[in-house]
Amino acid sequence: MLTVSPSPHIHKEQSVPTLMYGVVFALAPAIAMSVYVFGLKALMVMVYAVLSCLLFEFLITRFLLKKETSITDGSGIITGLLLAFNLPSSIPWWAVILGSLVAIGIGKMAFGGLGNNPFNPALVGRVFLLLSFPVPMTNWPAPMASRWNLVDAVSGATPLGIIKEGLDAGLSIPELIQKLPPYYEFFIGNQGGCIGEVSGLALTLGFLYMLYKKIITWHIPVSMIGSVALFSGIFWLINPDKYMDPLFQVLTGGVLLGAFFMATDYVTSPMSYRGMIIFGIGIGLITVVIRLWGAYPEGVSFAILIMNAFVPMINKYLKPKRFGVK
Amino acid sequence: MSIMFWANGLKTFALGGVHPSENKISAGKKIESVPVPNLVSIPISQHIGAPATPVVEPRQKVKVGEVIAKSEGFVSAQIHASASGTVTKVDKVLDSSGYKRDAIIIRVDGDEWLETIDMGSEIKRDFSLSSEEIIKKIAESGIVGLGGATFPSHVKLSVPKGKTAEYLVINGVECEPYLTSDHELMLEHAEEIVIGARILMKALKVGKAFIGIENNKKDAIKIFQDLLRGDDTIRVEPLKVMYPQGGEKQLIKAVLNREVPSGGLPIDVGVVVHNVGTAFAVYEAIQKNKPLIERIVTVTGKGIAKPCNLKVRIGTPVADLIEAAGGLPENVGKIIAGGPMMGKAINGVDVPVAKGTSGILILSEEESRRGKQKNCIRCSKCVQVCPMGLEPYLLMAEIEKDMFARAEKDKILDCIECGSCSYVCPSDRALLDYIRLGKKSVMAMKKKIA
Repeated sequence: MLTVSPSPHIHKEQSVPTLMYGVVFALAPAIAMSVYVFGLKALMVMVYAVLSCLLFEFLITRFLLKKETSITDGSGIITGLLLAFNLPSSIPWWAVILGSLVAIGIGKMAFGGLGNNPFNPALVGRVFLLLSFPVPMTNWPAPMASRWNLVDAVSGATPLGIIKEGLDAGLSIPELIQKLPPYYEFFIGNQGGCIGEVSGLALTLGFLYMLYKKIITWHIPVSMIGSVALFSGIFWLINPDKYMDPLFQVLTGGVLLGAFFMATDYVTSPMSYRGMIIFGIGIGLITVVIRLWGAYPEGVSFAILIMNAFVPMINKYLKPKRFGVK
Repeated sequence: MSIMFWANGLKTFALGGVHPSENKISAGKKIESVPVPNLVSIPISQHIGAPATPVVEPRQKVKVGEVIAKSEGFVSAQIHASASGTVTKVDKVLDSSGYKRDAIIIRVDGDEWLETIDMGSEIKRDFSLSSEEIIKKIAESGIVGLGGATFPSHVKLSVPKGKTAEYLVINGVECEPYLTSDHELMLEHAEEIVIGARILMKALKVGKAFIGIENNKKDAIKIFQDLLRGDDTIRVEPLKVMYPQGGEKQLIKAVLNREVPSGGLPIDVGVVVHNVGTAFAVYEAIQKNKPLIERIVTVTGKGIAKPCNLKVRIGTPVADLIEAAGGLPENVGKIIAGGPMMGKAINGVDVPVAKGTSGILILSEEESRRGKQKNCIRCSKCVQVCPMGLEPYLLMAEIEKDMFARAEKDKILDCIECGSCSYVCPSDRALLDYIRLGKKSVMAMKKKIA
């Protein structure tokens, strides 16, 4: 029996799982660095998050939606990892599981599963936890301290937290910078913060891998980082006593994690290059606005979620460059 | 983003494109002739436009090269006997379109050619015909676009009033994976192709031509460069390998950086494109008085014992070609007339070779299997690879909901059906299937309104 179907007759060796596991592989350096910086507790948070995301997705597809389960496509693992990446390593285990339920249940499956969710599921989980449990969500274990100990961590502050509190206490930026380690330490990963956001180096390696494998394109990360640098740079140039420099803004508080792995989420980002660039610029701008004038010291999560809401509009008005149309 | 894309110093088109495994396993295999079969079935519709009208009766004797069906109006093509013998009947024959359509069947007896055809192999260079005479002769010879589109060549050469041709572009791109018929033709008949190109230039009254060849055919590029050294009227343009560069609009963009306007034709930017196979057929028609009765066909596939490039009379059953390539392998899932990206799956080996049959590709069952369609994950890969700058995911969604007016606004009719979107889709969505359906419905809708 011959198959008679329309062209094309060949398909690229590429599927949803190959792309998703490609992203998981790209996250590997950051996973390793998070364990190096925050120790066993970071590892435990990641394990809890991944397992509970997969379990909730399985239970929802199997018993609520009564359809074939989708947990093998790799997207649940990414949601779990990225949720864990956005939590402090000292977070209690029940909060991780609750966050996973919100991420998968409300962030993803309530809309129909992979492909239909308007908001980044991991960020939905994180913001839910941040608003519901602000204290454990803003307790930051100090980097490189009590790493192999599952109880009592030494707390510290994130670089952005140090700056925000210092400014509120009436100190100037040059005085505050004295309290910070040199920037290359931030880039390597020696800073307080969420599990996965601390090492710019590890995240950049993952980004380069995804570019090389053509899993994502440069448009969102470059425009988002550029926009954070540009808008924070403008204020820094106007008043360097009151505003931090753009390099600091880019290296801290999850800008790189957001730019490489969160904003580039396929489902919740625009479809055209033009749209991606506007999306990235928007995230950068909102991040800077929240950081400089908002209640939270960081702002990347909120900025991405806000721009997620604009994606349908961006897709409607920012079409790709059409061939033969001026 | 609209700037020209230069990589390795080589040109290509600006938007989208994919690069499937080239699999040119029949490359470098010399052209061999397939014996004339006992029976040829010559379809009367092997071109875009009106089917030709048979002018032979059953039991009539014909010689090779004799007209057996006359073109029906301007956009149509003559059909010639590809073998000598006796016409048995006009019958419905399954062809590569998948439908049973009229074909003239000739029982072959010997191989007697019309005396007017020069069967010698010496290369001739007679440029005495005028533009009008050339176009007339090409029409009489039944020449159509041999790259696969099969648009009657004389129509493309008849530049409409108010437009002027500035350049001729000869298409030696052969961007489809597996196919090597054009490549081999260029290697063995470069001189004839150049003469054919010069005739086409004269027909179009243009002073400059380009031959676009992808850089995976360095030997062909070199042959033409050597042949055209010191001649600045025809230039060889090596191109970066990128599918679908053989599409007219993409090729013009790559070679001349001109963009055919949406809904327009190459002549709107002063360009006419002809395939190398067509240029060779033009050479034979003008210099040898030989109509289009045979073509080069690649027979290939990973399971094929002897992948090859064959010279085949039009109307020969595909079975004979597969036989010449070592027979059908045990595991056959699909037989494709043409390349894997744009070819048509045929339903049996009795289908006759037509003017547009550039290759016969045999895929195994595993290779022919389509993945199960899953949710769109909005990865935007279809948008990124579309060479026309369309949004295949959106067009599919619109067609699923019968939103034809929206689809038209989103330029569905600009789709060239290259298949890049379906090729890359990680969710195995049938993007091009829906877009094809949608194009038909949109055209029907436009007709109704008009």
